[in-house]
Amino acid sequence: MQYSMKYIFGFAAAVCFVCSILISTANVGLRERQEANKLLDKQKSVLQAAWLIEPGERVSREGIEQIFENVRARVLDLTTNTLLDDDAAAAFDPERAPEAAAPQNKAGIRFMPEQVEIYEVIEDGQVAMLVLPIVGQGLWSTMHGFIALDADTRTIRGLTYYDQAETPGLGGEVDNPRWKRLWQGRLAYDDDWNVAIEIVKGAAGPPEEAPHQVDGLSGATLTSRGVSEMLQFWLGENGYAPFLKSFRESGRA
Amino acid sequence: MKLTRQEKEALRDPLFDNNPIALQVLGICSALAVTTNMATALVMSMAVVFVTAGSSTVVSFLRNNIPPNIRIIVQLSIIASFVILTDQILKAYLFDISKQLSVFVGLIITNCIVMGRAEAYAMQNGPWLSFLDGVGNALGYTIVLVAVGFFRELFGAGSLFGFTILRPVTEGGWYEPNGLMLLAPSAFFLIGVFIWILRVWKPEQVEES
Repeated sequence: MQYSMKYIFGFAAAVCFVCSILISTANVGLRERQEANKLLDKQKSVLQAAWLIEPGERVSREGIEQIFENVRARVLDLTTNTLLDDDAAAAFDPERAPEAAAPQNKAGIRFMPEQVEIYEVIEDGQVAMLVLPIVGQGLWSTMHGFIALDADTRTIRGLTYYDQAETPGLGGEVDNPRWKRLWQGRLAYDDDWNVAIEIVKGAAGPPEEAPHQVDGLSGATLTSRGVSEMLQFWLGENGYAPFLKSFRESGRA
Repeated sequence: MKLTRQEKEALRDPLFDNNPIALQVLGICSALAVTTNMATALVMSMAVVFVTAGSSTVVSFLRNNIPPNIRIIVQLSIIASFVILTDQILKAYLFDISKQLSVFVGLIITNCIVMGRAEAYAMQNGPWLSFLDGVGNALGYTIVLVAVGFFRELFGAGSLFGFTILRPVTEGGWYEPNGLMLLAPSAFFLIGVFIWILRVWKPEQVEES
């Protein structure tokens, strides 16, 4: 059967129209749920970094929201190293945060946001923990995670990665709860407030003996190095160090 | 409900006799990517069942009205809409798994099985038969994915659906997980073994040399 040009164009337009209506309806109808899922997923990562929930533990939506009542999201401006007030923070959109070329670093970070969202874990009205986002190159992938610091800003309370694509079983072990537990109680800085935490080859020993060292991941030297470099950068002068200093001096802890 | 012989064939043939992965060797790339554990393999398979059955049915309904010179792009638009719909639903209701499946749900669009069935079957047959054919082919895909996922998760991580079966050394057990199983090449080996077993069982599938 021969089809006229008009019919062909008409048919194509009709198909496009019906398909686009279908997709836009689904998109608009499901968006709220999807956004809620994303937020919940992020909150879960923050709580895991702070060990407020155990890895692998199944926590309900309500459970997470309940624990999160004691966590306050703040927006840190990395150019001035100050926290934005609540009005400015409410307007913060992580996907639209302005970015600047990152200073020279070994963590493979080319651009860094000028503002980041950080979390304060509140206990008895005082800030007990700070959860800070970190990002950097592993072996294959850009790894996104959080580090939780005690209110003394030196003791590490936890480290977690929520997005990475390292080799499963080798570098992917950054996700292993046993390894993540090794970070608890290590010291990020030495007595002169230089970044001292590093990953060493082999076993480092308990935190009392090796306060600044963490076991390397066997078979994943480059991923381990990526984690070290990432912490070196984010905890250093170009990262959170100035903010952490002013936080200590403010006596809010 | 009683199916006629033709309907049964449309549904059953693609399972073993004309398996899209094992015989036609289509849809391999996602079979490598999403089979590191059972949960992702199963959800991915269900997504493919939905997309293949849905798009074949719709294409079949329109088959006498689609102008032949734009038929491929029309089929693609229909398939793409189903895929986006699936992706949106997974993101809303199965967020954790959709995060693991990442881009591979979107890549169902490029899965040759879906378009192959639309072009080769749905364009010639009625909607009900095309629906059965779509479900059958996607189930053929499912069988391979689940089989591969079973061995990869069991031997690569010592678990099934996330429940520990063989307690790995890293969690204080005795089982040394086979790291190769978690990498893509192992899926090639497993699919190869699957095809081998299938062709020993059904020698008519062996190609003439």
